[in-house]
Amino acid sequence: MALYSEKVMDHFTNPRNVGKIEDADGIGEVGNAKCGDIMKIYLKIENDIIVDVKFNTFGCGSAIASSSMATELIKGKPISEALTLTNKAVAEALDGLPAHKMHCSVLAEEAIRAAIKDYYDKNGIAYDKAEFPDPTDEDEHHVEEE
Amino acid sequence: MKTVYVDNAATTAMSDKAIEAMTPFLKGVYGNPSSLHTVGQVAKEHLEDARAKIAKCLNCEPREVYFTSGGSEADNQAIRSAALNGARKDKKHIISTAFEHHAVLHTLKKLEKEGFEVTYLPVHADGLITADEVAAAIREDTALVTVMFANNEVGTILPIAEIGAVCRAKGVVFHTDAVQAVGHVPVDVKAQNIDMLSLSAHKFHGAKGVGALYCKRGIPLNTFIDGGAQERNKRAGTENLAGIAAMAAALEEACANMEANAQKLSALRDRLIEGLLKVPHSKLNGDRKKRLPSNVNICFEGIEGESLLLLLDAKGICASSGSACTSGSLDPSHVLLALGLPHEIAHGSLRLSLSEYNTADEVEYIIKEVPKVVEYLRGISPVWEELEKGLKPHLI
Repeated sequence: MALYSEKVMDHFTNPRNVGKIEDADGIGEVGNAKCGDIMKIYLKIENDIIVDVKFNTFGCGSAIASSSMATELIKGKPISEALTLTNKAVAEALDGLPAHKMHCSVLAEEAIRAAIKDYYDKNGIAYDKAEFPDPTDEDEHHVEEE
Repeated sequence: MKTVYVDNAATTAMSDKAIEAMTPFLKGVYGNPSSLHTVGQVAKEHLEDARAKIAKCLNCEPREVYFTSGGSEADNQAIRSAALNGARKDKKHIISTAFEHHAVLHTLKKLEKEGFEVTYLPVHADGLITADEVAAAIREDTALVTVMFANNEVGTILPIAEIGAVCRAKGVVFHTDAVQAVGHVPVDVKAQNIDMLSLSAHKFHGAKGVGALYCKRGIPLNTFIDGGAQERNKRAGTENLAGIAAMAAALEEACANMEANAQKLSALRDRLIEGLLKVPHSKLNGDRKKRLPSNVNICFEGIEGESLLLLLDAKGICASSGSACTSGSLDPSHVLLALGLPHEIAHGSLRLSLSEYNTADEVEYIIKEVPKVVEYLRGISPVWEELEKGLKPHLI
């Protein structure tokens, strides 16, 4: 059996929405290079709808595939819906990830939330701070795996 | 698509000679070497013939060669044995290095829990240690020095003869994990002052699941697999005769062709290093000269090794990396960290390990494809973006 599902390999070798948005309305970056993965998500938002989304990722195959799938899942969706995206949904949409790669899907969820938070901050939109914990806390996404 | 297999430090393809040597034991010669009847005794003769061939390649006596299931078992047996025999004389100190194979390191970690003290000599940035450093670490209560012959990731060849001389002068048992060296560089247990040595057949075109431990006569060896009287009571279990015969044939072949292979591989290796180091912000790991003819290990800044491997695999290139994702842990390779590489650089490592079956065309194909993949991954890497924008300094 291959390490990854066909879907993971597809999104890894042919990632959707890869790139940058120069005039992005919100940018979220999570992870750290020391751990081997960083995800950066760019959002273009109009009337609370995510009209465009791009990503740049430093990381393994599943990190790149998770970024690709997560951006597909929120593109064209209202912010409120993007905020409900869970790492589980990303992993399921990829037909599953190996257990030790689940943190890649967590990163994708966190990167999207960080980008939305950035959009709120830039536009002075009020939000519940408790709903946006700081994902850049060192190694946080790794803790549950230990 | 053509497969370009450059992961020979992981395992090698069996040679035709090894397969030829193996097949009679899969079909025909099926006896148990422990049986008294003719069928058994024929098998026994083949077993001892293989032992003699291997002994000749190592320059030792046949009775000093013990067959095992591979390099890991040989490492476990040698180290545990020397530790337990040392402890009987109140010697509970062991010296090793920080970049040994896990078969050695994990055995040592267990021994630490059992009350042994282990000194892990730090490795220099070039992937080497010196015999003087070993000498300085030896104490009254040192039971064992275990230092690998050649490193499996960065390919450096350690000063084994000198370390062996130091150990011999101080009366300390010296073991070397020579899994990456045997069949590839000259190994002579007498000239190199080696007391115990581990080897594995599938690293030199033999079969998987078979190896050997050389243990110098007079060095006590304990038994860890109890049962029958095989291997002079040191390792029970009916011998893997097919694998052993293949191992002997493969090693004979490797030793006979060693010089020619080394020459060919060094040329391919040097061409790979030259070609791949043209990629900006790349770095060769391990000493340039004191390295296995087969080994290339290069870090590319700003990318992660697993994605590099998968994209190379899509182009038919089978290689390996020391990134965390490929090691199955959160940290990149302990070898690269032992050389002092920062985590973020170690994540971007690529190991190419050649064999004599590789060709100059394959090497050119690798030199053509690797830079493209690195460039693509850098293009989508936020880490690379920061480096290029000058937000963070390049480390290599």
